[in-house]
Amino acid sequence: MTQYTEYMQTEKKATLILDDGSVFQGISFGYEKPVAGEVVFNTAMTGYPESLTDPSYAGQLMVLTYPLVGNYGVPNRSYREDGIATFMESEKIHAEAIIISDYSHDHSHWNAINSLGEWLKNEQIPGIYGVDTRAITKILREKGSMKGKIVLNDPDEIEFCDPNAINQVARVSCKEVTTYGAGEGKKHVVLVDCGVKHNIIRCLLDRGVTVTRVPWDYDFNHLEYDGLFISNGPGDPDTCDAAVQNIRKALVGDKPICGICMGNQLLAKAGGASIFKLKYGHRSHNQPVRMVGTNRCFITSQNHGYAVDNDTLSADWEPLFINMNDGTNEGIRHKTKPFFSAQFHPEASSGPTDTEFIFDLFIEKL
Amino acid sequence: MDIDIRKVLVLGSGALKIGEAGEFDYSGSQALKAIKEEGIETVLINPNIATVQTSEGVADRVYFLPVTLFFVEKVIEKERPEGILLAFGGQTALNCGVALHQSGILEKYNVRVLGTPVQAIMDTEDRELFVKKLDEIDVKTIKSEAVENIEDARRAAAELGYPVIIRAAYALGGLGSGFCDNEEELNELAVKAFSFSPQVLVEKSLKGWKEVEYEVVRDRFDNCITVCNMENFDPLGIHTGESIVVAPSQTLTNSEYHKLRELAIRIIRHIGIVGECNVQYAFDPESEDYRVIEVNARLSRSSALASKATGYPLAFVAAKLGLGYGLFDLKNSVTKTTSAFFEPALDYVVCKIPRWDLGKFQGVVRELGSSMKSVGEVMAIGRTFEEAIQKGLRMISQGMHGFVENKELVIADIDKALNEPTDRRVFAISKAFRTGYTIDQIYDLTKIDKWFLQKLYNIIRTAEMLESYDKIADIPDELFRLAKVQGFSDYQIAKAIFKDQLQDGEKASLQVRQERKYRNILPVVKQIDTLAAEYPAQTNYLYLTYSGTENDVHYLGDKRSIVVLGSGAYRIGSSVEFDWCGVQALNTIRKEGWRSVMINYNPETVSTDYDMCDRLYFDELTFERVMDILELENPHGVIVSTGGQIPNNLAIHLDEQHVNILGTTAKSIDNAEDREKFSAMLDRIGVDQPRWKELSSIDDINTFVDEVGFPVLVRPSYVLSGVAMNVCSNQEELERFLKLAANVSKKHPVVVSQFIEHAKEVEMDAVAQNGEIVMYAISEHIEFAGVHSGDATIQFPAQKLYVETVRRIKGISKKIAKELNISGPFNIQYLAKGNEIKVIECNLRASRSFPFVSKVLKINFIELATCVMLGLPVEKPSKNEFDLESVGIKASQFSFNRLQKADPVLGVDMASTGEVGCLGNDTSEAILTSMLSVGYRIPEKNILLSTGTPRQKVDMLDAARLLVEKGYKLFATGGTHRFLTENGIESILVYWPSEEGTPQALELLQNKQIDMVVNIPRDLSAGELDNGYKIRRAAIDLNVPLLTNARLADAFITAFCNLTMDDIQIKSWDEYK
Repeated sequence: MTQYTEYMQTEKKATLILDDGSVFQGISFGYEKPVAGEVVFNTAMTGYPESLTDPSYAGQLMVLTYPLVGNYGVPNRSYREDGIATFMESEKIHAEAIIISDYSHDHSHWNAINSLGEWLKNEQIPGIYGVDTRAITKILREKGSMKGKIVLNDPDEIEFCDPNAINQVARVSCKEVTTYGAGEGKKHVVLVDCGVKHNIIRCLLDRGVTVTRVPWDYDFNHLEYDGLFISNGPGDPDTCDAAVQNIRKALVGDKPICGICMGNQLLAKAGGASIFKLKYGHRSHNQPVRMVGTNRCFITSQNHGYAVDNDTLSADWEPLFINMNDGTNEGIRHKTKPFFSAQFHPEASSGPTDTEFIFDLFIEKL
Repeated sequence: MDIDIRKVLVLGSGALKIGEAGEFDYSGSQALKAIKEEGIETVLINPNIATVQTSEGVADRVYFLPVTLFFVEKVIEKERPEGILLAFGGQTALNCGVALHQSGILEKYNVRVLGTPVQAIMDTEDRELFVKKLDEIDVKTIKSEAVENIEDARRAAAELGYPVIIRAAYALGGLGSGFCDNEEELNELAVKAFSFSPQVLVEKSLKGWKEVEYEVVRDRFDNCITVCNMENFDPLGIHTGESIVVAPSQTLTNSEYHKLRELAIRIIRHIGIVGECNVQYAFDPESEDYRVIEVNARLSRSSALASKATGYPLAFVAAKLGLGYGLFDLKNSVTKTTSAFFEPALDYVVCKIPRWDLGKFQGVVRELGSSMKSVGEVMAIGRTFEEAIQKGLRMISQGMHGFVENKELVIADIDKALNEPTDRRVFAISKAFRTGYTIDQIYDLTKIDKWFLQKLYNIIRTAEMLESYDKIADIPDELFRLAKVQGFSDYQIAKAIFKDQLQDGEKASLQVRQERKYRNILPVVKQIDTLAAEYPAQTNYLYLTYSGTENDVHYLGDKRSIVVLGSGAYRIGSSVEFDWCGVQALNTIRKEGWRSVMINYNPETVSTDYDMCDRLYFDELTFERVMDILELENPHGVIVSTGGQIPNNLAIHLDEQHVNILGTTAKSIDNAEDREKFSAMLDRIGVDQPRWKELSSIDDINTFVDEVGFPVLVRPSYVLSGVAMNVCSNQEELERFLKLAANVSKKHPVVVSQFIEHAKEVEMDAVAQNGEIVMYAISEHIEFAGVHSGDATIQFPAQKLYVETVRRIKGISKKIAKELNISGPFNIQYLAKGNEIKVIECNLRASRSFPFVSKVLKINFIELATCVMLGLPVEKPSKNEFDLESVGIKASQFSFNRLQKADPVLGVDMASTGEVGCLGNDTSEAILTSMLSVGYRIPEKNILLSTGTPRQKVDMLDAARLLVEKGYKLFATGGTHRFLTENGIESILVYWPSEEGTPQALELLQNKQIDMVVNIPRDLSAGELDNGYKIRRAAIDLNVPLLTNARLADAFITAFCNLTMDDIQIKSWDEYK
């Protein structure tokens, strides 16, 4: 057997098929199973362990536009004493698959215990490399995020599916109430888990509060708390009516409320605004936002497919941040009460950390 | 914008030198564009006449004057600008800006510094202030602690954390210094160190740490972005200018990337930059520990690279921010719709590789370290690291085909070659892999992150797989594609298949090409759009890759494109002047209604600014890649004559593929390039040339030398060591050179030419149409022939040529132009002795002096040449050089101070890294201004003379007398002292290093008692490291102006004895008629 045939034996072909009929031949480097979902692209150049474990990617096949992936492997899946992941953003990979151009079979980093491919295999997540990710991105940009599937042998191995048709938040939210960082005299924050990234919990805990994490549809209004925090999450906010109802009740009061991403959308909905689906969403580390009425601008990490319609905000509300590229809403605030939210991810991880002050603003108000 | 300013002064960076090169032409040009667009009047000071920024239409007024306090003040006094930009002309402009501030000149004339305030510049430039400043915000810098006893040394080491470096203070040459991994080692070493010096410095050792840079932008509203980060392939210890660099970083996790990003922003805010700066970090490969190495509060080489790597025009944006804009006011100049307040997302990887020319210097130290030696760089773009680095290794164009399949490299000690990096280390890695070294072994020796080594090993593995086949047709499709995805050229594949049987590399590469096209393995064109395809962009900034299935560009096939081939990496012999030529060609093409297309890969240039043309292919200038592009682009024609030698060499190969070469035919180019053919042609048309012969045995050489006599110029085709060309003055030198440096055989013949001494060298730069000269410029060298034309000081218009000489040169040029049927630019070099004229060489392309003569004459030779090549009718300009009321001097800039141990002497091989061109009413004024512009100073008092051969001593006699008359004190070595005394000129006898007695020449230099050294080597041989060498080297190392050519020394001395600085007129370019 020549060196070449030996080499080729390690390669298993895989095919990405898009709903518009486009076909991309590549090589499988993750778990070998067919998979279907919504194909979205992410232009971040770092942070694949964080993105893959971000629950907001549930139901999605994630295309990374940065071509060289897997370079620094994957860190240990370890947890702190309080149960928060040390490095990752949740307990498992939430994206359905990862689609890249050039995979680093070998990795190099002091912190890595696995290669990306091994990790995907362990978590039973498919990965495909050797496809023209820029061409795929251009299709998604022109036609919008679309259904897609990865197959190994036969194109009909699996049906296309639309993850936004079902309530993704219910899939990824915690099932039980958990309290973190309990302590005498600390302020108490209720965190509505719509698919929370662990760094949101870390950011809150680092600021010395007690956090009670509750399932997405849990009615927290009967709890004693000082502030309400609504997390990020996957899918279509219109499938989360139970959460909107609960938040609407809280709006009657004056306790500080803050939301991130899905939290921004749910808060807006509770305040009466409506949501629309963006053509291909914002998934990157370089989204510029401007604080309305100021010269203050921030580079933000984003991951969302839906946006709040600025024109539907009621008289009590106003936009807090605006996207400088496409003018879409990036956050709202109540004109009189301590309620505000951000469409972007101030907790970053992955991405730039410029807006972590959002947590400080919230904590100050408690 | 809220600043009310009508006139702005921009400081340029002067001549190109090691560490300060073409990148500042790019940043200055961008700044001028940004300001001009606001309707503000611009004034530029830059003596570098070959730059784009000093061209018509860029700045409103240009002064070809030195960027020094003295001249800048005079320009300010005359022009009265309201604002000044200091950040666009490298360290030269920055230093000058600080001096202007400190001397109160800016305040006196009420000139406001736009952008980063001077205080912030000083905070970053002064090491102590810098450390203090960053301490204030708890950002870690590299610190050393001075201790005076061993207890303190232990405490300091414990605080800093092991490993540490111990250095004895005030000890030269690193005596008593070393690394300590633990306290035991420290105890031992510290004792030793204290034996050398009462004070010992303890410093944290960062050996093997990664080096990472961020380019950061801030506006006056405190909004910040990091446009790009970059990671060095070579770990800390090698100057970033000497490192292979990738962008974006490859081995940093998200947390690491953003930790350093956050720090960069914290730093830029605290220092108070308005505009752009660069933050360099050392980063621990085994934790998230870091140190800030330095902050450059100005545009830099890295920022030019970052601009090209991302498509984000840093200099342009920085200039706008200096005018008071916020980042939110500006648009992304690629998408034109999204905001300039964003951070580019790349969907490719770029690899920068430095270009060294150390082979040009006798005696130079090849080891790389903390000071820069490279003269240029390339940037390669790919969608795999393998593709990018292999492209890059070809782009540096030093005969390498990529990481593998090169000519066998002889490396005596691989461990050493890995551990002590030189300019060839990357090839040592290739060799090491081939001889069985593992990734871990190479890592241990180099500390290059294993990720890079793994990728390089992928290339080796693919090469080995290819090598298991003997026929091109047998290569499996997937392997073929894999090789192309990993950046293998057709040649590399051919070499892997045919191995040592490969005879005709070009033919075999063409076979690979054919087979590849047959199998439909083709590259695709991708755009650089700053947002990784997130937003539609009408970008014309392109590269080719094999990692892709779709072209981003839809070709119209309308044959309306004209492709201009660029000049590649800056190197000794080809730099900014060819960039100027390329840009002028692009401008003309556009103006005449064609689509202009540029192919080039040098990030330091203006021609690779995507604004300069309709389409920019940032890619290789190899035959393979140019053909790939031409097949896609299907242009009307290709211009090969404005990019120096690289495109010129491609002409014949492109012609064979039926590419339409515009202007002079490829056949004519070949007739001029091929020594035999050219010689035969000159004989046929009755034009004389120095006698020469290609010879393949020592006996034949001796016979030829007997005929023509010494000295002779010897050019071996295969060089064993040292410089490639040499002049031999006698039998002994000839034999020594042939034995030591060259290998003479049938396979490696040697070209020996008659060398004519004391001849004038004359240049003819011209444009012809269908064999008729349309425009010409005749310039003369100040030095006699024997100094490379790229190093010579050139005067235009020629002031001291016989009328008959000029007439004959015109006549011969006409004949040659007719015979070669030239249509386009050309240059002929002549020797003139008496009225005897001989042709040295003829290039059917633009030459180095085209921008110089074009600007002195104010007739754009390239514009004319391009019109000719486009087939447009051109009229002979009515103006010619005899109408000029001024004279221009082009002087050369040398960078010997960067090249440790290199002999700073001029010879037949070129050594200068840049040039300036200054104007004056007469030769003396232009000489003085140009010499001051390349760093000479008018000496205060004491001058050391050793003036070579009797003939040279005579040449220098008048100058020596003039010096004494002007009150200078002369010091002279033995022979010169005697000669001066005999001629009644007073001098103090000093001794050579090899002689006993005082005063010793070297001591005088070291004691700073000498203000200028004139040291003329006796002959043009690249001699051994002798007395003269020691004096010359000491002058360079001690920063004492040095002249090594009698004619130039005479001209300079005459100039400063007749004129003072105050006599130099402050006249802008447009004021010269």
